[in-house]
Amino acid sequence: MKYQEEFRDSRKVRAIVAQIRKMTTKHWRVMEVCGGQTHSILKYGLDELVPAGLEFLHGPGCPICVTPTEVIDLALELSMRETILFCSFGDMLRVPGSKEDLLSLKARGANIQMVYSPLDAVKLAKDHPDKEVVFFAVGFETTAPANALSVLHARQLGLRNYSILVSQVLVPPAIEGLLRNPETRIDAFLAAGHVCTIMGEGDYERLVENYQIPIAITGFEPVDILEGLRSCVDMLETGKVALENQYKRSVRANGNPAAQQALKEVFEVKNQRWRGLGELSKSGLGLNEKYQEYDAARKFNLNAGHKKETGNCISGEILMGLKKPTDCPEFCNRCHPQNPLGATMVSEEGACHAYYLYKKRGAHNHEQHRMRLSI
Amino acid sequence: MCLAVPGKIQSYEGEEILREGTVQFGSLKKKVNLAFVPDAEKGDYVLVHAGVAISKIDEAEALRVLNELESLEE
Amino acid sequence: MSNIECAFPFNEYPHVLLAHGGGGKLADDLIRKLFAATFGDVNRHDGALLELPPSKLVMTTDSFVVTPLFFPGGSIGKLAVCGTVNDLAMCGARPKFLSLSFILEEGLPMEILLQVCQDIKSTADACEVSIVTGDTKVVERGKGDGIYINTTGIGSLINKFTGPETILEGDAIILNGDLGRHGMAIMAQREGLEFEPEIESDCANLWADVKKITQAGVPIHCMRDLTRGGLASCLNELSAQASRKIHLESSAISISEPVGSACEILGLNPYTLACEGRFVLFVSSEYKEDAMQLMGPAAACIGYVGEICEQATVINTNELGVERFMEQPNGDLLPRIC
Repeated sequence: MKYQEEFRDSRKVRAIVAQIRKMTTKHWRVMEVCGGQTHSILKYGLDELVPAGLEFLHGPGCPICVTPTEVIDLALELSMRETILFCSFGDMLRVPGSKEDLLSLKARGANIQMVYSPLDAVKLAKDHPDKEVVFFAVGFETTAPANALSVLHARQLGLRNYSILVSQVLVPPAIEGLLRNPETRIDAFLAAGHVCTIMGEGDYERLVENYQIPIAITGFEPVDILEGLRSCVDMLETGKVALENQYKRSVRANGNPAAQQALKEVFEVKNQRWRGLGELSKSGLGLNEKYQEYDAARKFNLNAGHKKETGNCISGEILMGLKKPTDCPEFCNRCHPQNPLGATMVSEEGACHAYYLYKKRGAHNHEQHRMRLSI
Repeated sequence: MCLAVPGKIQSYEGEEILREGTVQFGSLKKKVNLAFVPDAEKGDYVLVHAGVAISKIDEAEALRVLNELESLEE
Repeated sequence: MSNIECAFPFNEYPHVLLAHGGGGKLADDLIRKLFAATFGDVNRHDGALLELPPSKLVMTTDSFVVTPLFFPGGSIGKLAVCGTVNDLAMCGARPKFLSLSFILEEGLPMEILLQVCQDIKSTADACEVSIVTGDTKVVERGKGDGIYINTTGIGSLINKFTGPETILEGDAIILNGDLGRHGMAIMAQREGLEFEPEIESDCANLWADVKKITQAGVPIHCMRDLTRGGLASCLNELSAQASRKIHLESSAISISEPVGSACEILGLNPYTLACEGRFVLFVSSEYKEDAMQLMGPAAACIGYVGEICEQATVINTNELGVERFMEQPNGDLLPRIC
């Protein structure tokens, strides 16, 4: 596909890796905060191509992974009600709540529908006026505008049977939380290119300024990620502290004004609990007063409460880049994609799941550190 | 959480928040909401996430990056 | 769409009724005037008497529950025959006889049933198999998905019975074509995805290829067709059963542009998509070229068999030269959005 294939080209990848090798003289730790980037890095093996002195840390970039257990439980409760048609992105269906996940409920007859877009859920509400349609509105800033748009569509169409169960998170407060934590040692960040496509550069300029840490706005294909990494390494090696946009084909300095307008219209910023990280101030979005009637939690009188993570799951430390999945004694033992013990094993973008898919049995990859020069 | 895929606008109709286009991804055609890319026209490439276009691809910029990398390869 | 030679009274019975599975006159009419009229002179007793060759026999059973019933490139009927024939072929057996068991849903249009039967007949003829016996049950409306088909296939072993136990280290692994067309063709119908041109299922008879390879004297170590779970499922199973590592070169594995594009949009892994006309062949590497020649221009050597291992280990070297594990899929198709 155009604008995808070219950014996966192996010759270009090798060229950038060679450049990075030449410029790396110290051990640097670079964190990406986007599950899509985590998945890409592990799928393509970029962590094995870069010099040993460079370490990729995987941050809390998977909104599926950080959705609090109690919110999943609300989703489960709603989907068990007969009059409700519960719609969700595919990734959310296997996230375990306190006891089970949406997919298990679906198997038992609950009215749960997988959709690719919240706008599909609105269409379902329009086509089924006898049903209450609830969409599980999870995501970062990339997805929030689509979720907001669904509410705007519902209002324009005069629908009374559409609502959203909101669990929207914002990236910059999470980055700030990590930088404030004395235990973390992160030298630079790759900022999520699609989050920045919506929100622009402003939040990240502030982070660079306040914490004196280099940040590169980065895309998702191998070439994009390596360009972002190259930019970070260049800044670290030369002592430069700045925000560099390595995804200019999609990210403009002021982001996407129309999308931001939709967010302002429908949502307001609030404090938010992150699974594995606890509550972060002003790190989430909720429906504002004007659009309260579309809030499923309010409409159906739901109370979230607070559930603790059970078992030995160390996903909190993994999300902060303090530990790797391979540090966890349960990894590939009791914890695996068919039986995820915690957040980071559930979604393919969670670090543990991505490691499982591409890197498990870590010993193998240490033996096989080689790069083929001919294909 | 940011999987977005590039596609080419074939046609569109509707206004503002209901503006909807037919976007081609290789040989796959899909309806995509274009509310957030008001300046995107037929023939433009957009990045699509969850059924909604989130940006118009700056093709000149994409080409610039690729050309730069070509010269790196030599 | 009615076959004008078929004597079934479509006007009187445009839909399947519970009575058509009830063993009485209506059931008899269905068998004589629709099934027998389409399949030819199928034995009407409780079982079929078979004339079997002196060689060993291979038997297989399969069930088909695909929805929608018709899709570009095939139907449940074509699938039922090819799927069964292919299982026999993969064991090194010449397919000879099929049984057909229908579970029909009350209310199914007879025209649909006739079309499925005609697909079965034409596919069976092309595969040179006979349909020798069958059964029909009808379930109440809402308790079935139109048609479910169960088959049993019997074939005669033409050389050796091959399976994962005969896989050897160093064996070349040859795949006969590109991946995921069937899975994507079904998904396109179900999800209303519009492809231009349309994606067609790869549903095909593999006996023809197996026959050629065997007749050419190429010693076959193992064969397996890719079905649900695609290449990833097939190779992980074989790796586990043979206790051998499998090494793949992803650049040799072909994925067509439409399937690739759809996978990007839907967040699917093309290695886990179902195929219905694809198989992997394990041969000693000196026969690699011969085998590929016999299997046609779409065939490619995608890898080789490695050393002993304890658990399923399939290692794919990607386009960047990095080795990654190709894991057994979960079994549920959950597309990634993120």
